Amino acid sequence: MSQAVPTGVPVLALKGVNKSFGAVRALRDVSLELFPGEAHALAGENGAGKSTLIKTLAGVHRPDSGQVLLDGAPVVFHGPADARDAGIAVIYQEPTLFPDLSIAENIFMGRQPRRRLGRIDHKAVRAATAALMGRLGVALDPDRPARGLSIADQQIVEIAKALSFDARVLIMDEPTAALTGSETARLFSVVEALRAEGAAVLFISHRLEEIFRLCQRVTTLRDGRWVASEPLAGLTEDDLVRRMVGRDLDELYPKQDTRVGETALSVRRLTREGVFRDVSFDVRRGEIVALAGLVGAGRTEVAQATFGVDRADAGEVRVGGKPLRPGSPSAAMAAGLALVPEDRRQRGLVMEMSIERNIGLTGLDRISGKGLVKRALERGRAADWAVRLRLKYGRLSDQVGVLSGGNQQKVVLAKWLATDPAVLIVDEPTRGIDVGTKAEVHRLLSSLAAEGLAVLMISSDLPEVLGMADRVLVMHEGRLVAELPRAEATEESVMAAATGRTGEGRAAA
Amino acid sequence: MRLLRTGLRWDTAVGVLLVAVFVTGLGTTDGFASRDNLAFAFNDIAEVALMALPMTLLVVAGQVDLSVASMLGLSSALTGQLWDSGWAFETIVPVVLLVGVAGGLLNGWLVTKVGLPSLAVTIGTLALYRGLASVVLGSNAITDFPENYAAWAVDTTTVPGTFITYPVALFIVLAVVAAVVLHATGLGRSLFAIGAQEDAAYYAGIRVGRIKLALFVVTGLVSAFAGVVFTLRYGSARADNGQGFEMLVIASVLLGGIDFDGGKGTLFGAVAGVLLIGVLKNLLTLNDVANEVQVIVTGLLLVASVLTPRLISTVGEWRHRRAAATSSN
Ligand SMILES: Nc1ncnc2c1ncn2[C@@H]1O[C@H](COP(=O)(O)OP(=O)(O)OP(=O)(O)O)[C@@H](O)[C@H]1O
Ligand SMILES: [Mg+2]
Repeated sequence: MSQAVPTGVPVLALKGVNKSFGAVRALRDVSLELFPGEAHALAGENGAGKSTLIKTLAGVHRPDSGQVLLDGAPVVFHGPADARDAGIAVIYQEPTLFPDLSIAENIFMGRQPRRRLGRIDHKAVRAATAALMGRLGVALDPDRPARGLSIADQQIVEIAKALSFDARVLIMDEPTAALTGSETARLFSVVEALRAEGAAVLFISHRLEEIFRLCQRVTTLRDGRWVASEPLAGLTEDDLVRRMVGRDLDELYPKQDTRVGETALSVRRLTREGVFRDVSFDVRRGEIVALAGLVGAGRTEVAQATFGVDRADAGEVRVGGKPLRPGSPSAAMAAGLALVPEDRRQRGLVMEMSIERNIGLTGLDRISGKGLVKRALERGRAADWAVRLRLKYGRLSDQVGVLSGGNQQKVVLAKWLATDPAVLIVDEPTRGIDVGTKAEVHRLLSSLAAEGLAVLMISSDLPEVLGMADRVLVMHEGRLVAELPRAEATEESVMAAATGRTGEGRAAA
Repeated sequence: MRLLRTGLRWDTAVGVLLVAVFVTGLGTTDGFASRDNLAFAFNDIAEVALMALPMTLLVVAGQVDLSVASMLGLSSALTGQLWDSGWAFETIVPVVLLVGVAGGLLNGWLVTKVGLPSLAVTIGTLALYRGLASVVLGSNAITDFPENYAAWAVDTTTVPGTFITYPVALFIVLAVVAAVVLHATGLGRSLFAIGAQEDAAYYAGIRVGRIKLALFVVTGLVSAFAGVVFTLRYGSARADNGQGFEMLVIASVLLGGIDFDGGKGTLFGAVAGVLLIGVLKNLLTLNDVANEVQVIVTGLLLVASVLTPRLISTVGEWRHRRAAATSSN
């Protein structure tokens, strides 16, 4: 066979694994082999069972039946600690840092280097953390508490934590979902180095180009079933999509031409000390404006201050010409603003509440009559959006927390689209969403814009930015450094501005 | 099997337990079933029951108010002192209720504006309000309240044709209101959201601060009113009235399955919890069980109510795993 199919004993494997959650059969008779020195991709739509498979390998879930094999021999992991002791490091889809501990403490949780008398060697911990950050090419202060870190930064801390184990198997569940190109590139070169040393890598991403860039083989799941395990060489993205979805896919960036109307959102000299300075821009009706920049450039913070969940130190936000009361999300919503936050676990959703109640939460007055919530309206609002976003769920009364990551993201989108906003701010709207649904979300945003919605989009997915935006604003270290019309926005021009290599483009506006 | 299934819903289980204890009481304890005793039994926990209603809403929203019993004491002391100074009862009540509102505002302000945890804040005001009660009345007791007012609170006056006293009748009305608010209004949805994930509630445009503040104010108001009821019921205003009631209130709420971490529970459960404590207390008294033992029983119930849901979910998980393992083999 071709050389891309490794021989020898797989370091980690699944054989005929089944796993159900109540009536949901998340994995059915799934097998997978991971060989030393290979980067193996796991592909599949939202809810296909990827995270469940990973949690089975990591000892979080016990298979209902079937086996986990380590170096060819069956093992039973009684918990994540067992898997870690076996040399398996895992980055889960959702960061799980302790907010009150520092970055360094999070990374070396429970295994800090000790000095005499058992005292923790803080200096060594800090140095080791700084070294890891250096390897990943990010400037995060090891002493900073994890609370308040952006999703991307949290993700990077999780990556650093996994790398710090010097594991034989590195498993990564959508580690790049919130990262921009340059952080992803650094991550990939680190992974390459590990792979060259003989580590096995299992990688999940809904960005197919990343799969082709990093991996040699791919296993595809559909509805919890194994579809194929094969070398990536010789496959095209379309082939992969067909295996995942079972059909051909529509255009990924269905950008509709729109007539740009009057100014809907106007931000003037917005400033938060130490975070961003003097940010001014407009978004007009019918327009999709992207806010690009590297992780940490201040994009999320600008969005939050605009919506009023954070207070700005200076500056003004106007919606439809009227100044917005600062620091009040409810006032922002009344003015027609909506914000899809990037952090769905903390800010986007109430995880233990049902799907329908989460979606109803942004329109309590709309689903109520005479002060009482009308269950039919509440359910109707949720059902309507569940269909439009192809939500994969059991019942609308199920807890949002049991949905797969991508499906949770759809609920966040539904919750805000249902408010029928005049200005929609989306922060990583398609984070964790599969290719098929991504196209659907893009189509939806595009057609809503065509109907007069003003969209401000933050995305670390550059193709998405270039494919969807009428204009691209680029931030660098807390400042707006470039404004590029669609025709001039290219990967090179956006990246140049984002990395602070140029100040041009401002004049082009 | 089926019993265990239904038992998995905690509030239903407490309801069943309440009925079981009640029926056991009917069979074993002479005089329990009499109209006079039932009127007494429920009236005897009227203040705890009243305060348990806003407490339920608070705990669902992830907050707690430990100062309720102290506010009851302050209200009682003020009622006595003002009555002693010759004020009309019709003036005293609104003044005392205003003091309750003020106390609630202070709690709420410290929690929402200063940003302190409610547990810490209300441990402080627990001491503060009780201290103020002592300042107002010292160690005096005012007892010369007129019959015509006291009649509204004592267990010998009932709503005609029933064993329901007026304080209990008020409790029933307020319980229905609280149940509707918690389970059928947007505000109720917001309370669950705040308790489960405050950030997400705030990002969804829910006025988290304002709602919490209002909850503390309502709790202060109800506690002050409970102070008036208590004073009339015993015909005695003292600074130490209702000491330790906060534990009974919180025990009832937790026993009713309201999760102390917030975001979970039903008002039905809380009411069942309150009634269970009331019925048990009455049965123990009728059977000449010493007061100290009663306190221990309440304590055990509280521990059990916190422990049992954990046990049930652990057992449930275990059964689920076993079922899954056998079905796939
Ligand atoms: N703890 C759980 N309880 C109930 N159902 C669950 C649980 N975890 C996962 N599921 C269900 O199992 C199925 C597979 O979920 P999984 O998270 O593995 O999907 P995924 O492939 O990782 O999707 P995504 O790309 O959206 O992250 C989904 O239908 C999900 O709702
Ligand atoms: Mg997943």
